Amino acid sequence: MSTKKRLAVNKTYKLYLGGKFPRTESGRYYELNGRKGALLANVSRASRKDFRNAVVAARKAWPGWDGATAHLRGQILYRVAEILEGRSEQFEEELRAQGTTPAAARKEVTTAIDLLVHYAGWTDKYQSLFSSVNPVSSPYFNFSMPESTGVVAAIAPEESGLLGLCSVIAPILAGGSTSVILASHTRPLCAITLAEVLNSSDVPGGVVNILTGFRDELLSQFAEHMDVNALLICSDDEKEIKLVQERAVENLKRVISHVDGPLAESPYHILDFQEIKTTWHPVGV
Amino acid sequence: MPEGQEKAAAETKAKGGTTKNRHDFVEGDRYAPAPESTDHVSLKDSYDLFIGGEWVRAPKRIETINPATGEVLSEVAEAGPRMVDRAVSAARQAYDKTWSKMSGRERGKYLFRLARLIQERAREFAVVETMDGGKPIRESRDIDLPLVASHFFYYAGWADKLDYAFPGRRARSLGVAGQVIPWNFPLLMAAWKLAPALACGNTVVLKPAETTPLTALKLAELIEEAGFPPGVVNIITGAGKTGRNLVRHPDVDKVAFTGSTEVGKMIQKDLAGTGRRYTLELGGKAANIIFDDAAVNQAVEGIVNGIFFNQGHVCCAGSRLFVQEGIADAVVRKLKRRMESLVLGDPLDKNTDIGAINSQEQLERIKVLVDAGNEEGAKCWQSGQRLPRKGFWFKPTIFTECAQSHRIVQKEIFGPVLAIQTFRTPEEAVEKANNTPYGLSGGVWTDKGSKIFKITSQIRAGVLWANTFNKFDPGSPFGGYKESGIGREGGLQGLASYLDLH
Repeated sequence: MSTKKRLAVNKTYKLYLGGKFPRTESGRYYELNGRKGALLANVSRASRKDFRNAVVAARKAWPGWDGATAHLRGQILYRVAEILEGRSEQFEEELRAQGTTPAAARKEVTTAIDLLVHYAGWTDKYQSLFSSVNPVSSPYFNFSMPESTGVVAAIAPEESGLLGLCSVIAPILAGGSTSVILASHTRPLCAITLAEVLNSSDVPGGVVNILTGFRDELLSQFAEHMDVNALLICSDDEKEIKLVQERAVENLKRVISHVDGPLAESPYHILDFQEIKTTWHPVGV
Repeated sequence: MPEGQEKAAAETKAKGGTTKNRHDFVEGDRYAPAPESTDHVSLKDSYDLFIGGEWVRAPKRIETINPATGEVLSEVAEAGPRMVDRAVSAARQAYDKTWSKMSGRERGKYLFRLARLIQERAREFAVVETMDGGKPIRESRDIDLPLVASHFFYYAGWADKLDYAFPGRRARSLGVAGQVIPWNFPLLMAAWKLAPALACGNTVVLKPAETTPLTALKLAELIEEAGFPPGVVNIITGAGKTGRNLVRHPDVDKVAFTGSTEVGKMIQKDLAGTGRRYTLELGGKAANIIFDDAAVNQAVEGIVNGIFFNQGHVCCAGSRLFVQEGIADAVVRKLKRRMESLVLGDPLDKNTDIGAINSQEQLERIKVLVDAGNEEGAKCWQSGQRLPRKGFWFKPTIFTECAQSHRIVQKEIFGPVLAIQTFRTPEEAVEKANNTPYGLSGGVWTDKGSKIFKITSQIRAGVLWANTFNKFDPGSPFGGYKESGIGREGGLQGLASYLDLH
C-alpha cells in the first residue's frame, strides 16, 4: 500500500427520481457543512417542478408495485435490509459527519436495518389482520380487504436522517403504495445513499422518490398536489401541521402526522395508507 | 286520510289501475291504490331540541313538509350557537359522569333495548320517514327500518368486545362526537352514526337534516323510553349553520359527517390543526359496468335498483352506466321498457317504486344538470309516468350518447338520472369508471367469476357490488376512496372511527 496520501473521491448528492439520480431541474443547491464548518456536500435544492415530476414517476410506478405479489414486496424489502447491512459503515460515517455520536450512529443504522426486516415480514400478513368476511343477513358473500391508497407524499423527520426516513418509507412500501419523500434538510446525506440502496435492491424505479431541499418551499406543494392520495408529515410544529392539513383539503387527502416519524414498528402504520374495499356477490345456483 | 294522499290515490285511479291484478307487472299496468295507513302515527305539531335528556325550547322555528304533497307536517326548532354549546356540554357531562365509566356490557344493553323499541314501532317510523322525506313506503318499511334496528343490534354486541377488535391495541373512547347527517336516509344515517359511537363509549350530539328531522326526533323519544342517562344522546335540529357550529365546536372530540363532498372539504379545512378526529362519507358517481356475458335481465333490474332506488337520492347510486358495445342496444331497450313499468306516485302507496324528490331545492339542482345534459349534446329519454300536481317530482331519466366530459357524467346529480356510455374492452371500462374524483361504489355484471375479481379489484371505490347493487348491512363496512370520503362505517372497521387505539 502506498504511503502517499490519496485524494478521496467525493460523492455528488443528487435527487432520486423515477429510478434515476438527476440534479434538480432548477440547478440550485444548498451547502451542507460538517461539525468544523467543512463543506460536506452541495445538496440539491429540489424545486416544485422536481416534485411534480416525482409524483408523475410515483403514479406511473404504482400499478406495478401495487400489483406485485405480497411475497415479492417482502423479498424486495428484505433485500433493502441486506444491502443496507452491507453498507452500514458508509451510513454511520455520514451520520457522524452530520453530528451524530459514533455510538448513536451505530445504533441508528442497526435499528433501521431491523425495522426494514420487520416490515419485510408484514407485506403478506397485514391483509389477513385487517380483512374480514362479513356475515350479512341476506344471501350474499361479503368481504372487506385493504388496498393500497396510491401515491403518498411524505415529509421525513428532521432529526433522524436514516432511521426516521426508513420508518416513513417502510410501511408505505410494504403496503403497496408509492411515494415521494422530502428528506431531512439538515441531515440529507443518508437519504440519497439510501436511494442507492433502494436502487440496487430491485425496488422498481419510481416506487420511492427522494427529494432534498427546503421544507417551507415544498410543504404546500406536497399538500396540494391533486394526484397525491395521502400525506405523511413528521413535525412538531403546529403551524406546519395546520398548513398542510388545510392545503390537503382540495382532493381530500388522508393526512397522517407524527412528531418524529412512526418509529414504533406496527402494522397499523401500514393501515394508515390503505383503503378498505368491501365486495358483495350473490350466493345461489 | 290526509288531503294529499287522497289526491294521489285519485290520480292512481285515474290511470285505470283499480281493475287490474296487482301482480300483472309485465304489461306495465298500474295497481289499485294500496296506501299505508297513517292513523297509528303520532306526530306532534311542534318539536323542541333534545338536550341533556330534556326537551328544550328554541325560539326560532322551521317547518318541515311532506315533499309529496307540500303539506306542513310539523315544526322543529332551529338551534343557534348557544343551543349547540348547551348540547355539547350536556354530552360532555354525560361522558364524564356516566357513559365513559359504564361497563361495555351495560352500554350494550342500552343499545339492545333501543334496537328492540325500534323494532316494535318500526311501521310507525317507516310511515313518518316516508311522509317527511318522500321515499316509497316499500323502501322505508323493507329496507330503512330493518337496517336501522339491526344496526343498533349489531353494534350493541360490540360494546363489551372492543379489545378483541384490533389485535395488539387497547381501545379507548374518544369523548364527545358531533354528527351531522343527510336527508336521503334520515333514520338509517342516524343509526349509522349513533350506534358505533355509543357502543364505543362516546356521547353524541346529532344534527339531522333540515328537511327530514322528524324520525330523528322520534328516535329521541325512544332514547328517553330506553332510559339512556341524560345527555348521552342529544339531538338538535337546524340547517347548515347549526351543523357548522356543531362540527367547529372546540369541545367536540370527533366529527362524523355524511353529505356532499363540498361540505366535507369545508369540514376537513375547519378541523385542520385542531387534532380532532373526523370521518367523512361524501358524494359519489358510481360506475355500473355491464359486460356482454352478463345475465341481461338481472342486470337491467340491477341498473334500475342502482339509479332509481330512493329516487336516486343515494350517494352510492349507480349513476354512470357502462354497457359493453355488443349488448348496448338490447340493454337500453329493455331498460326503457322496465322504466315504463315503474310506479311513480304517492310514496305511502305500497306499490310505489318512485317517490317524491326530497325538496324544491333538490329538484332545481336535478333540473339544472339535466338541462346541462341536453345542452352538451347527450340524448335524453324519460319514461311516461304522469307527475302528481303537488309536491316535487322528477321522471326516471336516462341519457345516451354521453361523453366523459359531460356534466351529467362528472357531477353527482343525486336524482333519478342515469348517464349511459358504452365500452369495448375491460381495460376501457375500468379506465372510464375510474376517471372521476369520486370513489364510493361500483357495480360489475358478468357471469365470469375471474372477471369479477379482476374488475372489482381495479375499480377504485370502497364498495363493489358484483351482480347486484345497492345492498347494505350493519356488518358490511361502507365508505369511499378519493374524494368520496375518509373512514368506514359499518362492520368491525367502522369501530375504528370512534376509538383511540393505543
